Amino acid sequence: MKVILSGNEAIARGFYEAGGKIAAAYPGTPSTEVVETLSTEYKDKGVYAEWSVNEKVALEVAIGGSLSGVRSMACMKHVGVNVAADPLLTVSYTGVNGGLVLMVADDPGMFSSQNEQDSRHYARFAKIPCIEPSSSQEAKDFLKLAFEISENFDTPVLFRSTTRISHCKGVVTLEETKKIEGKGLQRDVQKYVMLPANAQKRHVIVEERLKKLKEFAETTILNVWEKGSDKIGIIANGISYQYAKEAFPEASILKLGMTWPLPEKMIKDFAKSVKKLIVLEELDPFIEDSVKSLGVKVHIGKNKLPLCGEYSKIIVYEAVTGKKIKRKEPITGLTKRPPTFCPGCSHRGLYTVLSKLKPFVSGDIGCYTLGALPPYSSMHSCICMGASISGAHGISKGLSAQNIKDKPVAIIGDSTFIHSGITGLINMVYNNGDAIVVIMNNDTTGMTGGQEHPGTGITAMGVQTVKLNIEKLCQLIGAKRVIEIDTYNLKELERIFREEMEKEGPSVLISNQPCVLRYRISKEPLKVNKEKCTACKMCLKVGCIALTFVEKAGAKYTEIDPLLCNGCTVCQQMCKFDAIVGGGK
Amino acid sequence: MSVTNIVIAGVGGQGVLLTSKIIAQTALEQGFDVKQSEVHGMAQRGGSVISHLRFGDKVYSPIVSEGEADLIIGFEPLETARYIHFLKPKGTVIYNKYRISSITVSIGAEKYPEDIDEIISKNANKVYALDATKLAVEAGDKRALNIVLLGASLNFLPLDKNVVLKNIEKNVNKKALDINKKAFELGLNIFNNAK
Repeated sequence: MKVILSGNEAIARGFYEAGGKIAAAYPGTPSTEVVETLSTEYKDKGVYAEWSVNEKVALEVAIGGSLSGVRSMACMKHVGVNVAADPLLTVSYTGVNGGLVLMVADDPGMFSSQNEQDSRHYARFAKIPCIEPSSSQEAKDFLKLAFEISENFDTPVLFRSTTRISHCKGVVTLEETKKIEGKGLQRDVQKYVMLPANAQKRHVIVEERLKKLKEFAETTILNVWEKGSDKIGIIANGISYQYAKEAFPEASILKLGMTWPLPEKMIKDFAKSVKKLIVLEELDPFIEDSVKSLGVKVHIGKNKLPLCGEYSKIIVYEAVTGKKIKRKEPITGLTKRPPTFCPGCSHRGLYTVLSKLKPFVSGDIGCYTLGALPPYSSMHSCICMGASISGAHGISKGLSAQNIKDKPVAIIGDSTFIHSGITGLINMVYNNGDAIVVIMNNDTTGMTGGQEHPGTGITAMGVQTVKLNIEKLCQLIGAKRVIEIDTYNLKELERIFREEMEKEGPSVLISNQPCVLRYRISKEPLKVNKEKCTACKMCLKVGCIALTFVEKAGAKYTEIDPLLCNGCTVCQQMCKFDAIVGGGK
Repeated sequence: MSVTNIVIAGVGGQGVLLTSKIIAQTALEQGFDVKQSEVHGMAQRGGSVISHLRFGDKVYSPIVSEGEADLIIGFEPLETARYIHFLKPKGTVIYNKYRISSITVSIGAEKYPEDIDEIISKNANKVYALDATKLAVEAGDKRALNIVLLGASLNFLPLDKNVVLKNIEKNVNKKALDINKKAFELGLNIFNNAK
C-alpha cells in the first residue's frame, strides 16, 4: 500500500515494521512527530512510546529497553543530543542487546532552533555508524536497516534526519511488521558495567568494531553509485541528493546513506571515474574533510557552497556551474511578519508588565522566548533548555560581586522547567541565590505543538497518571516564597513583581493559565468605542495581532479584528479611557 | 517529465498545512508522485508560513524553486506578495483578500501596505482574488477559509473534485463536515468560469 508520510511519520512506521518496542523522546522541532505518531497510531500495535522528561532520560530509557532485549529508539532534535551526550558516548562502549537507535533531527536554516549544529559529528565522536535518509521512503527503510546494523555490529546507531527530511512528505510503500522475539535480559557485567577495568577492554572492541563497519560501508545498499556522465561526479547525502538529481540529472552520483564510517575505497574509485568531484552536504564539511584526508581532490565543496543555512537546487546549481540562474527577486521592503504570541496567550500579560518594569530577564526555550522581540524586548539572554534559572543565579552572584542591586528575573515554561530547570532551582536555593523565577505553566509543551508532560498528568499514549504539582515541588526545594500569579491581571501582577524585587532570596512566581491554542480557549471578542479612543496607542504595547491602528480621513483610532480577538482583556486593561468594551465592561 | 509546482502561503494558524495535505493525498490517489514541504515550530506562531507542493511523474526535490510555481495559493494578501517571486512567468495566483495585521503593524512599527492588491497584480499576469474569510464565515466558520481556498484552487489544478471531497471528509472534524463541504462548494464555484 502506498501512502503519503512525512519523514518523521515514516521513521515511526519503520520502527513499527522493524518490530521496535520501546521509543522515548523529548519533543523538539523538527523531531517531535516520530514519538507523537508512535504514541497515537501504533500504541495498539505493540509499541510503547513515551515523552521522557528530557533527552538524556529518553536515551537512557531506550538503552534500558535495549538491555531488556527489545529494539529501542530515542528521538530528539539536534540540541537534545548535547543533553544526551553523556550516555551516548558510553553506550557506544557497552554496545546493545536489543537493537538501539538514536534518531536525531538537525535543523539547517534554524527554522525553530537556537543553533545549527551538525550532529553527524556525534557519530564520529562516539565511534558509531551514522545513517542518513534522503526521502520518506528511505526514512522508513533505512531505519529498519539501522536496527539490523545495530544488532549485527553490537553498536548503537545514529540515525540523522534534517528539517527537509523530517517535515517533507512523500510517497511511502508500507510493509508488514517483522515478528521479532525479545531476547530477554542479558547479564554480562564486563560488557555493561563501565568500570575502568571493563571500559578499557570495551574501548578496544569499539575500535575493532569501527574497522568492521568501514568494510561494511563498502558493500551496504545504503551507499549507492549511480553511474552517469563522467564530466562531474557528485557525492551527496540526505536532502542534498534530491537537489543534485534536479540540478544535474546527467551526473554520476555517489549517494551516501551511511555517512560514518565512510566507504573509503568506494569514494576513491568514484573520484577516479569522474573528471570533477563535487561534495554536496548541508552544514559542516563532514564528508568532504574525510574525502580530502584520503588524498582525493574535491573540486567543489565548501569552497563554493555555504556552511550556514540550507541548500537548494538553485544554490547547488549556481555553485557548481558558476552561472547565475535568471529569476525574480523577492519584493523588497514588504511589511515583515515575525512569529508572535497567539491572541489570548498567557505570556502577553507577563511581558506587558516586564516591558514596563524593565528587569534583566534570563530566558529559556519555548514560546515565551518571543518576549525578546518588540514590542516587549524583555528577554536579555537565552542559551539552552533550563539555562534561565541557573543563568539568573550566576547573574545575581556576579552583580553582587560588583555591588550592583538589580534583581534578575528568570522565565521558564512548565515543560522546560521539568526538562532541566528543576536542578537549576535547587542549585539557586542551595547556594542562596537572589532572583525571581517565573514558571509559565500553561499545561503543555507549547512550542512543539502541545505535547503532554509530567505536569499535565497524562502520558504520551493518553493514560492518566500522577500529575506533578510544580508549586509543591518548588516549596519542597525550599524556595522562600512560591506565589501563584494571574498574568491576565496586569495591576496585580505588577504589584507582585514590585514587592518581590524588594525582597531578599529566591522567589518563584507560577502562572497556571492554560495554552489557548492547545486547549482552544476563546472568549467573546472585545470592541473599540471610537468616540472614546484618544489614539494614545497604549493598547498597542501589549503586542497583539488582533489590534490595528487606523488613520482614515483624519480620524485616528485602534481597531480590533473580531475574527482574531480572543477576549483576554489585556489590551483593555491598558486603556485609560475605557475605550475598549466587552468582557463584562 | 512534467511536475506541477504549488506554493501555499499564509499566516501560522490559517490551515495552510491541512490544505496542502488534502491536495497531496488527492494527487497520490490520482497516480502522481508527490512531495510536500512545510515548516513547524516557532515559525507557526502567527508568523509567515509557506508550504511547497510538487506532483508529477517523478519528483526529487520537495522544494519549489523561485520562478517555478505554476500556482500560488495565498491565504493572506501580504503573504501572497512575500512569496510571489516563486511564480513562473505564466503562473497563476489565487489569493484571499482578507488582510491579517502583522505584529509589526499592530505595535505601530510598520504599516500594512494599503496597495497590497496592486502589488500582487503588478507581479503576476493571472491573478484571482476572493474574500475566502467572508465565504468561510458564510459557510458557518471562519476557520474553514482553507477549504474555501482549496475549492477555489481546484479550478486551476488537474485534480478530481470528488477525490478532493473524499479527502476533506477524511481530514476534517466530523462535526464541522457540513460547514467544510459548503465552504468547498463556495470556493469551487467562485472561479468556475475563470479557466
